Amino acid sequence: MSIWEYANPVKFMRLSGAILPFAVAGAVICMVGGLIWGFLTPEDYKQGSTVKIVFLHVPAAMMAINIWVMMLVASLIWLIRRHHVSALAAKAAAPIGAVMTLIALATGAIWGQPMWGSWWEWDPRLTSFLILFLFYIGYIALWSAIEDPDSAADLTGWLCLVGSVFALLSRYAVLFWNQGLHQGASLSVAPGERMSAVYRYPLYLTMLGFFLLFVALLLIRTRTEIRRRRLAALQAREARA
Amino acid sequence: MIALLLRDLTLATRAGGGFGLGLAFFLILCTLVPFGVGPQGATLALIAPGILWVGALLACLLSLDRIFALDFEDGSLDLLATAPIPLEGVVATKALAHWITTGLPLVVAAPMFGLLLQLPSGAVPWLMVSMLIGTPALSMLGAFGAALTVGLRRGGLLMSLLVLPLYIPTLIFGAEVIRRGTEGGSLATPLAFLAGITAATLALIPFAAAAALRVNLR
Repeated sequence: MSIWEYANPVKFMRLSGAILPFAVAGAVICMVGGLIWGFLTPEDYKQGSTVKIVFLHVPAAMMAINIWVMMLVASLIWLIRRHHVSALAAKAAAPIGAVMTLIALATGAIWGQPMWGSWWEWDPRLTSFLILFLFYIGYIALWSAIEDPDSAADLTGWLCLVGSVFALLSRYAVLFWNQGLHQGASLSVAPGERMSAVYRYPLYLTMLGFFLLFVALLLIRTRTEIRRRRLAALQAREARA
Repeated sequence: MIALLLRDLTLATRAGGGFGLGLAFFLILCTLVPFGVGPQGATLALIAPGILWVGALLACLLSLDRIFALDFEDGSLDLLATAPIPLEGVVATKALAHWITTGLPLVVAAPMFGLLLQLPSGAVPWLMVSMLIGTPALSMLGAFGAALTVGLRRGGLLMSLLVLPLYIPTLIFGAEVIRRGTEGGSLATPLAFLAGITAATLALIPFAAAAALRVNLR
């Protein structure tokens, strides 16, 4: 019994079908609960009610980065072990990641306007998210441009590998290029810099909710891709008969 | 490999090869920018490093489809893939030929374009140094983008979307070298980063580009 058993599409379909309802229910409960709890938190002494954007902004930003890492791992598994489910999962994750990046950028702009007096600043964090968004767009565009699914999986896999290195490099290159307005990490473990518990616990809940939402969407999209493959195979067989 | 290099250089310099078009494009860009932002010397000098580097990226990008597309169409790329030299060597050689025909002329001609954009004379050596160190990375990354999109009929726009984000670190450090060279700041860090990016790109990207070519050739 190993994790590679689920590289078999039939087993993957069975397992993901069993997990999916729980992921959906968990995502709904955590997000609705977390957002309502977050909405009822007291106003910040400095930022007023705008601080509540944090419950959308931080989880979306966290997922935007982690989804790219997940795509990198899935691409590596495809390039090394040739499991089709892995390539399809990377393909299915990309649009979700792009939307998460967009949510982080949009909520950041809405938050930045009252706080910094500007919708957009060429701050290192904002800039590196914009660059990440460009990498997502390029990845999705390459997938949709190539007809043969296996070639597309290979080429996007290589793009993801090279792109990861350069996305990381850009992340630190922009630090060099401009000093920032954005605050540091939101969830520092150093006690003095930590966010107050009033905000932290609902934030944990929405982060869990965003994670489960990603799992649910990823499973749905990957299952759709597998079914699309099966359909294509059936149609090819029909055409031959 | 030398034979391949000479072949690519010959193809580029003969009729229809497009040698020098990159330079002409660069000249047009440096002519257009003052029309857009106004002829004031101070403004132009301020933005000149950025314009020169962005111009270099675009001039490099426009000539990328020449690296593999023609050889892919007439089948000589298949022959090269079965040739005794490894495909990684083919990629590196072709990127070198691309650099000699587009990157090197830009490095040599850059002082003249700097003059057009009122770049202070103290910055000119740093302009040449940063371009000399940075442009090989542009050609090699471009070869990777060209290898990814070689099988596509309308790959040009897609290639720019794939390649330009990869150019961001080189652009940042390249323009920073010129800026600090003009203002007299510490140059060691951006120069080291620029050279590091180029060295790592030259060492590792041929493998990724060759892998992408193999996918497109099967």
